Amino acid sequence: MSNIRRRYLRETLTNYAFIAPAIAGVLIFHLIPMVTSLFLSLTRYDVVSSPKFIGLNNYKTMVADPLWRKSIFNTCYYVGVTLPIRLIIALIAAVLLDQKVRGITIFRVIFYLPSITAGVAISLLWKLIFQPTYGLANSLLAHFGIQGPAWLGDPKWAMPSIIIMMSLNIGQFMLIFLAGLQSVPTYLYEAVQLDGGNRWHQFKYVTIPFLTPVIFLNIVIGIIEMVQMFTQAYVMTGGGPMDATLVYVMYIYQRAFQWLEMGYASSLAWFLFIVLLVLTIMQFKLSGRWVYYESAGGRR
Amino acid sequence: MKIRISFSIVLTYTFLILGAIIFITPFIFLITSSFKTPAQIMSVPFRLWPDPWRWQNYVEAFRVQPFGRYYLNSTIITSLNILGVLISCTLAGWGFSRKYFWGRDFFFLLILSCMMIPGQVTMIPLYIMYSKLGWINTYFPLILPSFFGSPFYIFLIRQFFLTIPDELADAAVIDGCSPFKVFWYVGLPLVKPALVSVTIFTFLAVWNDFFSPLIYLNSPQKYTVMLGLTAYQAEGFTHWEYLMAASAIAMLPVFVIFLSLQRYFVQGMAMSGLKG
Repeated sequence: MSNIRRRYLRETLTNYAFIAPAIAGVLIFHLIPMVTSLFLSLTRYDVVSSPKFIGLNNYKTMVADPLWRKSIFNTCYYVGVTLPIRLIIALIAAVLLDQKVRGITIFRVIFYLPSITAGVAISLLWKLIFQPTYGLANSLLAHFGIQGPAWLGDPKWAMPSIIIMMSLNIGQFMLIFLAGLQSVPTYLYEAVQLDGGNRWHQFKYVTIPFLTPVIFLNIVIGIIEMVQMFTQAYVMTGGGPMDATLVYVMYIYQRAFQWLEMGYASSLAWFLFIVLLVLTIMQFKLSGRWVYYESAGGRR
Repeated sequence: MKIRISFSIVLTYTFLILGAIIFITPFIFLITSSFKTPAQIMSVPFRLWPDPWRWQNYVEAFRVQPFGRYYLNSTIITSLNILGVLISCTLAGWGFSRKYFWGRDFFFLLILSCMMIPGQVTMIPLYIMYSKLGWINTYFPLILPSFFGSPFYIFLIRQFFLTIPDELADAAVIDGCSPFKVFWYVGLPLVKPALVSVTIFTFLAVWNDFFSPLIYLNSPQKYTVMLGLTAYQAEGFTHWEYLMAASAIAMLPVFVIFLSLQRYFVQGMAMSGLKG
């Protein structure tokens, strides 16, 4: 008996040796910073002097802060426009790539390229594309006799420029759609055909219902990823012109690392955290209403 | 009927090629711009093809900025991150895939739930911690965390380890293997595809990372490739031709890895859909 117990104890200790670095990592790099951040959000802190407790003042300041509102508006603008465009492009791309034709791998690679290279290099490239006098965008427009805007230099066009660039970033959406498309049983398509339906009917009554969980997954992943956009805005516009591309994370960055207001920046970050958390929970709750799950036997 | 089928194939190809042109044009523009003279880049009307092709841009790009140095820095940081992630996440993934022991599921869920915490929440306390340790403008903040596991990769690798039957591990123990040897000789060889996926993801994430180098590195000699790219435009006038050449070189390893390991990439990417 004690032998078995000793063995269990030894195995447990061995396993803890395996997982110990990960547990330490979670504490040091996630949980302790998270709690510290919550504490800092209740203080005024500039790194040099020690934090001064000010209660909920940071949150009160935040609600009245015009730049905070601006950054929320900009982030919603960016996500609200980019998300549907990306979903549609990704769905079309996935349907095309799902066809059994030759050379499909090459097309998949090409459609994926903007996604893996996303970041500084691509942002700089698009900065040149959007250059008002000799950039590719306005040169093409001039070809059709259209006088293009100043793009990144124009407060009205700066955000649309970033949206155009980011709309091609469909890699992950596309792959998730593809996986979804491949899970649709072919006999259902045949059934529609037998009932006299055409391609469109197949798409509308079989593909879309089957894809709803996947669409939903993409929306959740997409929002979480897009709300955290930073590099592109930093590299292309630095948040300008006239704060037109000051997205939320950009604002946290400015407050924390340019103005050294670590306390206020922490409260901004916590607001983001709570919004993301609520969004995730809410979307999972709502999903039950309009998402088709095969195992649930149809609409619930 | 036959005509209908070929019609749909033609339609598919038309859309595929149309899409491909839209997606690849920026890259063609990048490459051709990197071979132009400043005058050609700024020429109105616009010409896509450089004339003549100016190969020196690629040499000059390394001269106007210590780009070779940036490249070396990025290579070191990326390799050490991959090493760290592989060691810490395989160990943890193995531990969490073993027979039930007290606290196993609690700690696993704890680690998984950390995926919900956005980086913006933890970055400020971490920055303060590193600055108290005197680690600002060193590579510690960019490398050290990888040696302490990463929730998603632990999850991914554990999924693969779970497919190994307990009997196999038990048999090795009976044959006199130490727990580490069981992990090394029985476990690891069976999860190679997962390790390739994790390596690719870590490579892409670290190589393309901009935010961490931006906040932690001050002296240009320590810059990574992505941070270094922004230095080309910091001096008032932007030398687009050097910048485009440097961007092309910065993206090169990403292209090579993506093209050669595409299969693993797609597989891992589809799995990462579980992340949300």
